[in-house]
Amino acid sequence: MSFFQRMVYIVQTYSVSLLKGAGVTMAIAIICTALGCIIGLGVGIVQTIEPKKNSSPISKFFIKFFKTLLSIYVEFFRGTPMMLQAAFIFYGFSQLFGINLGMWKAAILIVSINTGAYMAETVRGGILSVDIGQTEGAKAIGMNHFQTMTSIILPQAFRLIMPQIGNNLIINIKDTCVLSIIGTVELFFTFKSISGALYTYFEAASVTLIIYFILTFSCSKIMRYFEKKMDGPANFDLATTDTLAYTSGMNLAHIATRERL
Amino acid sequence: MNEILKIEHLSKTFGNNVVLTDIDFEVKKGDVTSIIGASGSGKSTLLRCINLLETPTSGEVLFHGNKVAEGGIKEEDYRAKVGMVFQSFNLFNNHTVLSNCMLGQIKVLKRNKEEAKAQALKYLEKVGMAPYINAKPSQLSGGQKQRVAIARALAMDPEILLFDEPTSALDPETVGEVLDVMRTLAKEGTTMLVVTHEMSFARDISSHVVFMADGKIEEEGSSKDIFYNPQSARTKEFLTRFREDKQES
Ligand SMILES: Nc1ncnc2c1ncn2[C@@H]1O[C@H](COP(=O)(O)OP(=O)(O)OP(=O)(O)O)[C@@H](O)[C@H]1O
Ligand SMILES: [Mg+2]
Repeated sequence: MSFFQRMVYIVQTYSVSLLKGAGVTMAIAIICTALGCIIGLGVGIVQTIEPKKNSSPISKFFIKFFKTLLSIYVEFFRGTPMMLQAAFIFYGFSQLFGINLGMWKAAILIVSINTGAYMAETVRGGILSVDIGQTEGAKAIGMNHFQTMTSIILPQAFRLIMPQIGNNLIINIKDTCVLSIIGTVELFFTFKSISGALYTYFEAASVTLIIYFILTFSCSKIMRYFEKKMDGPANFDLATTDTLAYTSGMNLAHIATRERL
Repeated sequence: MNEILKIEHLSKTFGNNVVLTDIDFEVKKGDVTSIIGASGSGKSTLLRCINLLETPTSGEVLFHGNKVAEGGIKEEDYRAKVGMVFQSFNLFNNHTVLSNCMLGQIKVLKRNKEEAKAQALKYLEKVGMAPYINAKPSQLSGGQKQRVAIARALAMDPEILLFDEPTSALDPETVGEVLDVMRTLAKEGTTMLVVTHEMSFARDISSHVVFMADGKIEEEGSSKDIFYNPQSARTKEFLTRFREDKQES
């Protein structure tokens, strides 16, 4: 059998395991990126809270305390290898507390927490890069901090960090392979089983590489599409008198005044 | 007591940099007050203190006689009643022109959508921006952005409008369109407090002029008094410089 024939053989024989592995990899990557974004959003928002000058010392202390706690979380999970974190948490839980997390829970827990640590910094940066003028514009018409965040700052910050979310998704697709250390049957685990069974490392690696690439490439295209969609149309239509009257539900008297202008 | 806004002994320091010292003046309903003065004299800081974007170091801002800083009126309510137009427009980039003018009405004044939309359109028409309701701020010119910003402020039905050099960031060709809108507002009796470097504009529209130098009010009076019969040497010098500038251009 030639190199290509062996590749075809692997695909044919192990198509189910490969698809399953790819499915698990994608499921973990997508779920954990989403959860990680939520964690990151929460942490990032807290990190950008500035206590008001006139707020009580107690609330100032709590904000400071929380922020410190969160930065420890961010620094620790960004600063240590995920593979070790996986082993630490998975085996730690079972040895210290006698709890068997199970492959899925452990995998999702570890990857989400990791993504969250990275996203927290990204979200913080995204929030800070929305110019302060817009916050002042919102304050000047009487909007409070919460309203300003939810209707003006966060939507823009979210758009700004979209490329980073895509980045994290792709990193997660690849990095789930470290979960094979706790026995998660994802794509890399499948590769190891196949190559172990057939002793055809090169061919199995080639097939698996191609699958990984298809997954990541499709994801980056899909993310691009969403980004474009969020940007809305590049052009706008000038509103005519008719559409104006229609959209506003104004009475005829109003239209008459406008036409006189 | 018909003054809307009263500033009493207001001072502001940043670290050890004294920016405003003992500012005292008031704005009555229907007044168009211009604040003029050299760059760095503290004009923007004064407006920002009035709007609570900066906290005064000492002194008071009174709104209809209520101390604003001490919760005499809720911060958000006060700001809704005191409109502000910035040099850099500060429109919400993720919202359309129409939505920029509706957001505050819905969130702060709790108006319903139809009401807010009608009100927004009324003022967008007034500033000549009604055809652009579907545009995003990034798709507009500076003059257009500023007119939307004025409509956004007006849509809140403020009792007074603050302007901080509304035309300084604009191309010379578009300055006129914004000044025209402001002229119309002044004629209609809108209460305005305007920081500007456009001297002839200030002279023509103002009922009252405040000249600031080094963080203090050097001289104030009617537009006529300040521009044609200034008392202080510094005012004279400042205005002479402005006339020379004008002759050069
Ligand atoms: N946040 C700040 N921190 C420290 N100093 C500040 C701050 N804001 C303003 N200043 C200082 O206050 C002084 C007055 O500034 P301000 O912007 O009020 O002047 P201005 O009269 O509006 O000038 P311009 O006509 O150039 O706009 C300046 O010396 C400036 O450096
Ligand atoms: Mg200024």
